[in-house]
Amino acid sequence: MSSLYEEIKSAPASDIPVRQITVNVNGEPRTANVEPRLLLVHLLRQAFKLTGTHSGCDTTNCGACTVLFDGRPIKSCTMLAVQAEGHNVETVEGLASASELNPIQEGFKQEHALQCGFCTPGMMMAAKALLEENLNPTEDEIRWALSGNLCRCTGYQNIVKAVLWAAEKMRAELN
Amino acid sequence: MYPSRFKYESPKTIAEAIKLLDAGKGEAKILAGGQSLVPMLKLRFAFPEQLVDINNIPGLDYIRFDADGSLHIGALVRHEHLEKSVEITNRQPTIAAAAPLVADPIVRTRGTFVGSVCHADPQGDWAATMIALHGYLVVQGPKGKRNIDMKDFVLGPYANALNYNEIAIEAVIPAPKGVARGGYLKLERRVGDFATASVAVSLDMSSDTVLGAGFALAGVGGKTIDANEAASALIGQKLTDATIAKAAALVAAKAEPRTDHRGSAEYKRHIIETFVKRILIANSEQKVA
Ligand SMILES: Cc1cc2nc3c(=O)[nH]c(=O)nc-3n(C[C@H](O)[C@H](O)[C@H](O)COP(=O)(O)OP(=O)(O)OC[C@H]3O[C@@H](n4cnc5c(N)ncnc54)[C@H](O)[C@@H]3O)c2cc1C
Ligand code: FES
Ligand code: FES
Repeated sequence: MSSLYEEIKSAPASDIPVRQITVNVNGEPRTANVEPRLLLVHLLRQAFKLTGTHSGCDTTNCGACTVLFDGRPIKSCTMLAVQAEGHNVETVEGLASASELNPIQEGFKQEHALQCGFCTPGMMMAAKALLEENLNPTEDEIRWALSGNLCRCTGYQNIVKAVLWAAEKMRAELN
Repeated sequence: MYPSRFKYESPKTIAEAIKLLDAGKGEAKILAGGQSLVPMLKLRFAFPEQLVDINNIPGLDYIRFDADGSLHIGALVRHEHLEKSVEITNRQPTIAAAAPLVADPIVRTRGTFVGSVCHADPQGDWAATMIALHGYLVVQGPKGKRNIDMKDFVLGPYANALNYNEIAIEAVIPAPKGVARGGYLKLERRVGDFATASVAVSLDMSSDTVLGAGFALAGVGGKTIDANEAASALIGQKLTDATIAKAAALVAAKAEPRTDHRGSAEYKRHIIETFVKRILIANSEQKVA
């Protein structure tokens, strides 16, 4: 395997210290030894084997790598893993409980909001950030909040419907 | 794409950060929001020996209007903080108009106002906004603090007037003598794209008379364009069809657009003139207290 994470494990440059970091991922502390240049997306996928977070464009454009960092959405291809030391990171794996889908996941299922599914984890995390701030978003507000996430398949229509569906269910659960 | 190797420090104070920059002798770089620097590291357009991450320095994320009316934006204020700030919406229309147009909503949660100004991208929205607002940066180095006026700050594409051992700690926008008006318009091909052409306008109004004005452009030149000279068409006057047309023509004359995949030079210059007019007309129609 020649993933960067493996490379870093085998060949740390002598003058660059590898550091041990602990990141709270989906509520659990996870520890890894990383070189500073490792990106958060690679920490999640390769060190923690959480491959739900996708790496699409690798140029900060597509949003497939979106995770929540202390509750706010970020593109994990554009943050260093060392920067997450001591912070809370939520990934798509944290959405469902053992027995139940999160309403956002259910919404995507109900409304057929995915085809290839590549963008879906990022879309759902961006949607989660929106719904945490605003449980009653308009269609416009949803489109706006998801405008940093690209989908090459669906045409977005059903993604917007899925978030509306989730919002309605979450409001109903509050009452 | 992996960045080349670098050392990483995350100091807790500005003084420590300056010490690291100083020791780096030009090979150390500040990491703020990382929304320009990390992509550049990945493309290996940038390959510093050392990164100095300022995100863990407390107390740099303030948006503050002082009693004298000046606006202070700390080095860790993110684009989304400005977008969501009620005070900015109420008191600083140029910044309020630009904030939702910078990048996309996810980039805006991390990228900083001051980092964007320092990055001095010819297409960047905040350097243009700061020039139009006659702002300055407070920077700190081993010998203490100094102010750098925005008109002297952007030296060229991605080049600013900071020494290698200096940090920009805040951006300051001087108080208006009257009421702050203005706006920002940007033409982009899609959400999150850089500007095809954009215009920042600041106005300082007393009743319906213009006390001061500022103009700057992004996306239409090799660097951020300072078009503040055009203020001469408005100062001491009212916003009328004639003064607006004169100012818009002066601003458009300052643009240095080039024909590219985003449009022809002629088209971009036309957009600039139209945008200046639109912003000024919108402000002439607002009743000023
Ligand atoms: C997909 C995408 C779309 C974008 N679209 C736009 C857009 O439409 N308009 C726009 O204006 N920008 C856009 N950007 C850029 C974005 O606004 C960046 O956030 C901004 O340019 C840099 O701010 P930062 O805090 O992320 O700085 P960083 O990336 O951390 O740093 C940028 C540079 O500034 C230096 N620096 C940072 N802070 C300081 C400081 N306090 N003192 C001294 N030097 C400092 C760094 O050393 C580095 O050289 C986009 C970025 C992406 C990824
Ligand atoms: S992989 Fe991070 S934005 Fe595309
Ligand atoms: S479902 Fe294929 S990219 Fe969105």
